Amino acid sequence: MWDWDYAEFILPKLLEVIPAALAAALAGFMLASLLGLPIALARRSRSKWIALPVAAVTEFIRSTPLLIQLFVLVFVFPTSFGITLSPFVAGVVGLGIHYSTYMSEVYRSGIDSVPKGQWEASIALNFGKVRTWTRIVLPQSVPPTIPVMGNYLITMFKETPTLSAIMVVELLMTAKVVGSASFKYVEAFTLVGAIFFLLSYPSALLVRALERRLQRSERRTLLK
Amino acid sequence: MSQNNPKDEHDKPLVSYRKITKSFGDRTVLKELDLDVYPGEKIALIGPSGSGKTTIARLLMTLEKPTSGTIEVEGEMLWLMPRKGKLVPANEKHLHRVRSKIGMVFQHFNLFPHMTIQRNVTEALVHVLKIPKSEADERAMRMLERVGLQEHTNHYPSQLSGGQKQRVAIARALVMQPSVMLFDEVTSALDPELVGEVLDVIKGIASQGEMAMILITHEMDFARDVADRILFTDGGVIVEEGTPEQVFQNPQSPRLQTFLSRFLNGSSDGRTGSRVAAGAEQ
Amino acid sequence: MEWLSLDLLPPLLRGFKITLLLTLCSIAVALCCAFLAGLARISKYAWLRGVATAYVEVFRGTSLLVQLFWIYFALPMLLDIQFSALAAAVLALGLNYGAYGSEVVRSSILSVPRGQIEATIALNMTVYHRMRRVILPQAWSMMLPGFGNLQIELLKGTSLVYLITLTDLTYQGMMLRSYDLSRTAAIFAWLLILYFIAAYALTLFIRFAERRAAAGRG
Repeated sequence: MWDWDYAEFILPKLLEVIPAALAAALAGFMLASLLGLPIALARRSRSKWIALPVAAVTEFIRSTPLLIQLFVLVFVFPTSFGITLSPFVAGVVGLGIHYSTYMSEVYRSGIDSVPKGQWEASIALNFGKVRTWTRIVLPQSVPPTIPVMGNYLITMFKETPTLSAIMVVELLMTAKVVGSASFKYVEAFTLVGAIFFLLSYPSALLVRALERRLQRSERRTLLK
Repeated sequence: MSQNNPKDEHDKPLVSYRKITKSFGDRTVLKELDLDVYPGEKIALIGPSGSGKTTIARLLMTLEKPTSGTIEVEGEMLWLMPRKGKLVPANEKHLHRVRSKIGMVFQHFNLFPHMTIQRNVTEALVHVLKIPKSEADERAMRMLERVGLQEHTNHYPSQLSGGQKQRVAIARALVMQPSVMLFDEVTSALDPELVGEVLDVIKGIASQGEMAMILITHEMDFARDVADRILFTDGGVIVEEGTPEQVFQNPQSPRLQTFLSRFLNGSSDGRTGSRVAAGAEQ
Repeated sequence: MEWLSLDLLPPLLRGFKITLLLTLCSIAVALCCAFLAGLARISKYAWLRGVATAYVEVFRGTSLLVQLFWIYFALPMLLDIQFSALAAAVLALGLNYGAYGSEVVRSSILSVPRGQIEATIALNMTVYHRMRRVILPQAWSMMLPGFGNLQIELLKGTSLVYLITLTDLTYQGMMLRSYDLSRTAAIFAWLLILYFIAAYALTLFIRFAERRAAAGRG
């Protein structure tokens, strides 16, 4: 049933594309982190003309499939807007925009978790708006969100197979190609699954450990 | 008692509340309150919880906006500013200028947890008052010495006890040299054995005299020692006011009598009770 | 709007029906998996906890699409059976989101205050009775927001079944596109709108369930 020789034969082919998948996930993650903050701030804006449209667009992006959004980037953008993106860039942009809507929620929860007293102390010390945000609120709201962000990085890595729909060089597609050449899907797909697991599970454990440490230190602070 | 006589008849009030009403939804916490605070004056606000005393301080610090009425600080309106002969809603710049005369110490300290003690004290000096870093450090050091925390400058707030945190918060507000300082139940969140060290620091500051202070407190003995004038608030109005002697030894209104008697007997808070008792017997 | 013309809709709605059917079946499977695995993970039997943990970690640690392909292409070869694309899709989506859901179940049950468990012990309730009558009803309202997010994720995940040639909404869209490339933009606009409508309906449904669960409390 399971052909070890064949598995050994295709493994290098599969490993070859891991850097591309990691690069796409990482670049997408950075884009999502960058876009997430302005979205979070816009949704908190006191002006309804800013908050509502941004909320509507982010909700729309969040409730529709990444796959379709990728198709829009590669099939619609060149013809309708004259913007042609390479499959890799389209994948990164798609991942980044899709997950920026999740990331904005992460930032928002971080900002909301800053106690009201911190805002009041900033007023009492006569800080301006910009200074209150940059020196008091953001430095406190971002660190607690790091584990959640780590989780999203892993999630995005696991989304890279979705990019296969638009990208040729990708782990799952490579497996399908090498599998269909010989109809030995079992080895190819099992190996892909194992590779994903071996990469994402240890990182997930790392994120969980980080989470626990953060919670402990928080509890310590609360006790004092 | 403070040494000088701050409530000089010729002095202009530093802060005046005029017909201040504050409602949260349909709950009115202050009703047409009038209050003048004179330069250097130490005022203690006492009264049952929910009587509106904290709101009085929060309104002055611009943490709340009055529903109606005005507050003036050194002749300038808090929420309004003159423009072309008319009063218009204040902009950030105006609020910024008025706030520079006011300082506040909070019940829950509100120190910045991500900054060292030193940075907590210097942050506003450097970035609000634009004082050079080296001078700010020096001033912060002097102030931390004054509250007895010179050895903790590089610690973070989470490494300090509640009493120490509150002393840092006092140093942080004091270093900005406001004309009036608000102390909002600064010992209420502290363990009983830590209350003394904080009150001693405040007494030390009060004895220097030049800064006006509004103290919201449940520590009757402390109020008697520090304040020039005691205001008793209940149900959103100032029910009675006077010197500590008048208020504690000869309360006029039944409400104040009931309030004080609760501290004298039957109170679960034996410490405060005994302090008031001692005060009343004098 | 001319380009959003309605003649595209009938074929797309045929796919939409498959997408909805797939979503509902998968949600049912996922709920079962979530409760079974979630309860197993707090069981007092170590082997049960081990099995459940392995299931959850494997399905959360690998990609949905990889699982889908594995179940559709590899599993039939291993077991020498034939799956329909729909069965493979329901299985993959149900198992995958069931693994995520089990975390929601577990954490919600654990967050029921300890005093509640002590009260059931004091009242001498059986373990089954305790779970069924006291713990789960309280945990249920805490699970709903988590389930709500997951079912939206599941709905979005169904678009991947197009890659195993199940004739869902995405598949129909791609088919239409291959007939007439010039209408690509309109087709994808319709796809996004239809997915959004389905997601919104699911959101409303969860909100309704949350209101019902909250009734008589607080």
